[in-house]
Amino acid sequence: MRRILPWLTPLVLGALFLASGQQEVIIKVMGGAQKPALAVPDFRGGGDAAQHTGVFNETLYTDLDESGLFTMVAKSMFPLAVPQRPEDFRAPLPPPPRRKDAQPQRQGPWLTDWSAPPANASHLAFGYLAVQNEQLVLFGWLFDVTQQDVSNAQLFGKRYFGPLSADGARKVAHEFASDIIVQFGGAPLTASKIYFISDRTGFKEVWSMNPDGSEQKQLTNYRSICTTPAVSADGTRLAFTTYARVNPMIFIHSLETGRRLPFYNQVASMNATPAFTPDGRQVLYASTASGYAQIYIANADGSGVRRLSNVRAIEVEPKVSPKGGEVVFVSGRSGPQQIYKMNLDGANVERLTTGEGEASNPAWHPSGEVIAFAWTRGFEPGNWNLFLMDVASRRVDQLTHGAGRNENPSWAPDGRHLAFSSNRSGSSQIWTMLADGTKLRRLTSQGRNEKPVWGK
Amino acid sequence: MLTKKYVAALLLSFAILFAAGCKKKAPAPPPPPPPPPAEAPAPKPNPPMITLFAAEPGTIERGQSSTLKWAVEGADDITIEPGIGRVSANGSRQVFPSSTTTYTLIARGPGGEARRTATVNVTAPPPPPPPPAPKATFEERLAREVQDAFFDYDKSNIRDDARATLTRNADALKAIFRDFPDRSVSVEGHCDERGSAEYNLGLGDRRATSAKEFLVQLGVPADKLRTISYGKERPQCTESNESCWQRNRRAHFAPGQ
Repeated sequence: MRRILPWLTPLVLGALFLASGQQEVIIKVMGGAQKPALAVPDFRGGGDAAQHTGVFNETLYTDLDESGLFTMVAKSMFPLAVPQRPEDFRAPLPPPPRRKDAQPQRQGPWLTDWSAPPANASHLAFGYLAVQNEQLVLFGWLFDVTQQDVSNAQLFGKRYFGPLSADGARKVAHEFASDIIVQFGGAPLTASKIYFISDRTGFKEVWSMNPDGSEQKQLTNYRSICTTPAVSADGTRLAFTTYARVNPMIFIHSLETGRRLPFYNQVASMNATPAFTPDGRQVLYASTASGYAQIYIANADGSGVRRLSNVRAIEVEPKVSPKGGEVVFVSGRSGPQQIYKMNLDGANVERLTTGEGEASNPAWHPSGEVIAFAWTRGFEPGNWNLFLMDVASRRVDQLTHGAGRNENPSWAPDGRHLAFSSNRSGSSQIWTMLADGTKLRRLTSQGRNEKPVWGK
Repeated sequence: MLTKKYVAALLLSFAILFAAGCKKKAPAPPPPPPPPPAEAPAPKPNPPMITLFAAEPGTIERGQSSTLKWAVEGADDITIEPGIGRVSANGSRQVFPSSTTTYTLIARGPGGEARRTATVNVTAPPPPPPPPAPKATFEERLAREVQDAFFDYDKSNIRDDARATLTRNADALKAIFRDFPDRSVSVEGHCDERGSAEYNLGLGDRRATSAKEFLVQLGVPADKLRTISYGKERPQCTESNESCWQRNRRAHFAPGQ
């Protein structure tokens, strides 16, 4: 035993590491546990601004909370005196001399009110709303409350203007939240759009919306079936599969003009599942031009078609890595559909998923190192859950665990959020969550909604 | 030698002439005079005689005509009833009776009266032919005679039951295309809800192609069959159970566009 034990120990430790390493890919995407502790007290408003503080505070808190960048300090831990302006901070006077255990003499709100227990905040966002020239004005500051000196605490202070309305309150809240997120290296999502398929008109059309589900707009009107939307990296073009001309084929629209752009479709019973290369100069897609659906690459107008895969199996959903060069796709070449990877010239084909269950819908993380995808591993066919995979190590983390069918994950530009479709509410709807599976939020409710793609 | 034969023939001819002249010897007596005419009463005139009264043809369809022909002797007043009136002794007349009519020819003369009838039978024309039985449309025949072929999960090979179905379909399609040479059929491939929508686009295409290839092997013209995959976009039913899934894993035959 004594001889065996030294050998066993690394094995046991290794097994423990594997067991606890379940979150490895999530941590890679979301960062470590050490997050800034942000305190966001409710803002107050003067005069006519007061009526919009409810919308403002809710929007600001949600944006910051759902960014996943912060540990949000619970409001119950806040001190009673909340500053509204930097001038409100009053440095305490030094403790009176000649008294043991004397505390500094408090003069008003101070940084340590926030940095010390129970709040334990590292940062504080504060300010107030007012009306100026019939406009809503937000005065917002972000302070590092761990500083000793208030003159070093301010990270930024800024004024934001909007119409004197609930929408105006949302606007200034989004802008202030975006500035805070940028301060911590995040990428604000407020300017991004989620494109998706909705049948609420009676036909499957492409729609767009804001990442919070607001401003849902119909983009196509083919009164047919549109599906598998894809958006170019620069957010200017939308590609999708449509039955508008009987057999499924690829259409590309300009998101700037809304007009259809020329795209040559091969003569085939099906051209489908388009995706842009990161530079937007080429389009990959699946075509049955030679029999089985296979992966092809073409110029942005469909010309110069080249076949990338060549097997007697169904292959769809090519997705080019943000770094270029690598393509993940779905293939039935080894049996049930699995996720594979190849070079952009079709060489070096490797299977990424284990062969268990069925795998589909790969989506590259902006880093180009991780994919999100749907997998039925551990469940009956059709019961899709979302997973992350570190492509180099093949390590996977599971994000959903059997609540409905969860499909078509799509990364937000910040690389921390995913949009996906789930029927957990009873019908297929668009949801967002953080890439660790938390902060679930349902964005749609009208009709059935599916296949979200998150664009700039 | 020739001279002797002529002499013999001449002699024979004379002999025959002499024999005939010998029978004309006793002439016949004249006939007796006719008897004197008897003393007879004034001769009574004969009654009119209808030698012909007929309708030809005797049977007509309503709307057609028949011809009455007659010939009468010894009459000075000849009428045909109904509807014709006085006529001459010999003649013919087209009649268009709308129902069966018996014509009566009455001939009156110094010798009395004679009657004769002729009947024209009028038959109702046959009813107009019924409109031709409604011809089944292309769509109806396709729906009635061509069945869906079913597949296993994630498979596009033709199962035994699908083989039987498609064999029947091939005969039906050939007959339908004979009657509708300008039409075509869309072979639709469908999938159940479990595979991913994207993969199912490819799978539906395989199912449609397999079904088409099978039919073409059985002689259905390839250019009449166009494949299209609907993946899981157009399910027959939407329950999440095997019987519904099976109904959706199919090749369906729809009128071509």
